[in-house]
Amino acid sequence: MRRLVPPLAVLAAAAIAALAVAVGIGSVPIPPAALWAVATGGGEPLHQTLVLELRAPRALAALAVGGLLAVAGALMQVLLRNPLADPYVLGLSGGAAVGALAAMLLGLGAALVSGAAFAGALLSTVLVFGLAHGTGSWTPTRLLLTGVVVASGWGALVTFMLAVGPTRQLPGMLYWLMGDLAYARSPWWALAALGVAVAGAVPLGRSLNILARGPLQAAVLGVAVRPLEWGIYVAASLLTAVAVTTAGSIGFVGLVVPHMLRLVLGNDQRLILPAAALAGGALLTLADVLARTLIAPEQLPVGVITAMLGVPLFLYLLHRSRG
Amino acid sequence: MAESLATEALVVDIPGRADGQPLDLAVRPGQVWGVLGPNGAGKTTLLHTLAGLRPARSGTVSLADKPLPYWRRKALARRLGVVFQERHDGFPATVLETALIGRHPYLAPWDMETAEDVALARRALARLELGGLEERLVGTLSGGERQRLSLATVLAQEPGIWLADEPTNHLDLRHQVAVMDLLAAQAVAGCGVCLCLHDINLAARWCSHILLLYPDGKACWGPADAMLVTEALEDLYGQPLVAAEADGARVFVPASRASHKP
Repeated sequence: MRRLVPPLAVLAAAAIAALAVAVGIGSVPIPPAALWAVATGGGEPLHQTLVLELRAPRALAALAVGGLLAVAGALMQVLLRNPLADPYVLGLSGGAAVGALAAMLLGLGAALVSGAAFAGALLSTVLVFGLAHGTGSWTPTRLLLTGVVVASGWGALVTFMLAVGPTRQLPGMLYWLMGDLAYARSPWWALAALGVAVAGAVPLGRSLNILARGPLQAAVLGVAVRPLEWGIYVAASLLTAVAVTTAGSIGFVGLVVPHMLRLVLGNDQRLILPAAALAGGALLTLADVLARTLIAPEQLPVGVITAMLGVPLFLYLLHRSRG
Repeated sequence: MAESLATEALVVDIPGRADGQPLDLAVRPGQVWGVLGPNGAGKTTLLHTLAGLRPARSGTVSLADKPLPYWRRKALARRLGVVFQERHDGFPATVLETALIGRHPYLAPWDMETAEDVALARRALARLELGGLEERLVGTLSGGERQRLSLATVLAQEPGIWLADEPTNHLDLRHQVAVMDLLAAQAVAGCGVCLCLHDINLAARWCSHILLLYPDGKACWGPADAMLVTEALEDLYGQPLVAAEADGARVFVPASRASHKP
């Protein structure tokens, strides 16, 4: 246990710092002292409104979504025993996107768009699992292949809807596809899902470590392989569905954050899963700050920033790890 | 530790093959069983069935008189260890971490490995001459070192029954001998050991009991002395053999072309 605490403490501090930056920076900068005043229940009314009603919910949503995506990605990589797996590899974001865009085309409100995205994500999960499970065999390769093919089917539907959609709706649809936290209203669902997921996954960490070495090896060491695989699949899908519903399909966090952490911290899932929650959250929170400030008052899709931050950081760590 | 792994009218499920002969045998404490047979005879499938990793077509496998499906997987894992022929190492891990997974059946979900577990894993690594490689990544090991690491993992698992699929694969001669000595020592210490082997001479030197598996499903088994006779082995491999006695052990050599019987 002693081995786990220092890196998690550092990452928790990073996540808190990212939150502080996110609520302090914006069109009206709030200095640390004023921030502290608001946090302790005082401060100017303008600052209170800015922090408590606008910036804090958005920053917390970013933290939760980043954490959810990173944890879901780490779980999928273990489940499929494939380092290229990410939360969307089984077609989940495609299903969510089809649901969300269809709701937008029908002119439904934000709440219904979210609901349609969630339904689409779950539909895709059930579809991929049912198809891959068809004849009883359930190998990672078969699951992966089914997911990739289903995802490209969703991709075609998305392109179709973009092609026939009215021009005035296109920017909204594109922003949703690239991921955008501007519409994230309440972070609490996402934060709760993240907390439950991490608390549930950490005790299973050692079993996950062994599962990554193959189902036979895991079985002879006493791991209940099939229930564990089902559990990971359902959990990772739900986490991704919550994340996508909150902020659209933000790429890159789910693939790269777990890998960055593995390069630095090793491969013990008991450490990687909580670390992914914190690091993914911190990364997306900071990315969102940049997304809303770089070309203010215009906003960039946060997915652009996660890639711009993550690609060089990841390549640097990968390069360093060989040396 | 005095638990036997026994089969009762066991027919291993090999797709596309007729039932063959049902197996009624028991791997008892102190015995070293060698499973011999040509490629495709079903040695690995048998071993996986004995480990409870795949269902039998018919018949049962029991540990301590309790059929495997009635065992809880974790309780079984404390009693039965398997050295696989093929391995999937997943994400990069160190040699010590890999040996430590052998302690998994003894730990509750919230437990971290204790200093005692680490000491046990270290001793297992030292026993297989991997002591200096603890912090190395598994992917950087040679084939023989990786093979010994698999044995160290099972050694750390402390099972009463050892099932090993070609444990001397990839090993040089000295390490083959060391590994066979280690497995024989486990039997002396009260474990039951069952090995799939390709090398008749290793079997002749170290095994107390032999199971011959023929590709058509035929099988015969018994004490090594009775099973390791030239005619039976020639029939098994479809290869003429010459037997000799050396250093108290029977040795089998492929016959030269000149001595082929017409």
